[in-house]
Amino acid sequence: MRHSHAWREAGVTTLPVMFGYLPLGAAFGILAIEVGIPAWGALLMSLLIYAGAGQFLAVTLLAAGAGLVEVAVATLMLNSRHLFYGLSLLRRFQGAGWRKPYLVFALTDETYSLLTTHASDAGLDHAQAFRVSLLNQLWWVLGSMAGVLVGTTLAFDSRGIEFALTALFIVLTLEQARRLRQWLPFTIALATGFGAMLLLPDRHLLLGAIGAASLVLLADYRHRHNRQPGGCP
Amino acid sequence: MNGLELLGFIMVCAAATLATRVVPFVALARQAEHPLILHLGRYLPPAVMMILVLYALRDFQPLADGHLNAAADGWPMILASLAVVGLHLWQRNALLSIIGGTGAYMAMVQLGWAP
Repeated sequence: MRHSHAWREAGVTTLPVMFGYLPLGAAFGILAIEVGIPAWGALLMSLLIYAGAGQFLAVTLLAAGAGLVEVAVATLMLNSRHLFYGLSLLRRFQGAGWRKPYLVFALTDETYSLLTTHASDAGLDHAQAFRVSLLNQLWWVLGSMAGVLVGTTLAFDSRGIEFALTALFIVLTLEQARRLRQWLPFTIALATGFGAMLLLPDRHLLLGAIGAASLVLLADYRHRHNRQPGGCP
Repeated sequence: MNGLELLGFIMVCAAATLATRVVPFVALARQAEHPLILHLGRYLPPAVMMILVLYALRDFQPLADGHLNAAADGWPMILASLAVVGLHLWQRNALLSIIGGTGAYMAMVQLGWAP
């Protein structure tokens, strides 16, 4: 009983991600088939790589006949923002036991967003974090399957449904602001975000903005630390 | 490309992606309680969330051929985002805000919306 309740709750939490992952996963599946990747290959990518932009990049590189070293470097570059996600979840994933390897593996932008925003508010424990992570990947894999099977003839006019992910990020930003009640991280994010848009090509945008925000936070930490020796706010 | 080559290709992608996720947990396993890590754990998630919002809206084009852009990458994006903010400040129901905003966006994009 309690288990089914927990799964249902996780299902509700991941609903917005489902609206985003099903169509995006389908788009990936369709693209993969068009490029000539067999169905098993597309599904294996969604199971083992499990990174939205990363998989689109992989398909593009595969179609272009890129070498393995090139592929590895491009994937590392594109996904290095994950490094910063891990940094801020070190403590949170402590004691997660057998679930931890999967929690780390399944850390996408969207899962990171859900886990960090619900963390202290609703008391999302390790078991629930695991359910949320697992369901998110399920939506992604189901979407990919649908794309692989249906191909380009989608019966349902779903144009615009991927806005669900934008809406999710907006809601989570508002929730973060309500909980934190400080301007600092948002000001930093706006500055590095717009700065990256002006200065960097599209493929380095996220890494540039998140990396720069981390560096500014590091500087802020040192600044506070120097002013209040021995203590940390 | 034969099946084995494809498998190798997928494994390289999977390993590179996994590496970016695992490295901090392995390299900094003993530093989880360090005040700097706690500082980042507190302030980085809201900053990342704000950046993801900007990223999701980065393709916004206000004008198309000298007119207000009513296509998917035009004002529907901004209006639907404002709807999400409005709904959320009003009811604070995450699902309602997301479904309301997404529905509004889909309606504007699919039914056409002329300013």
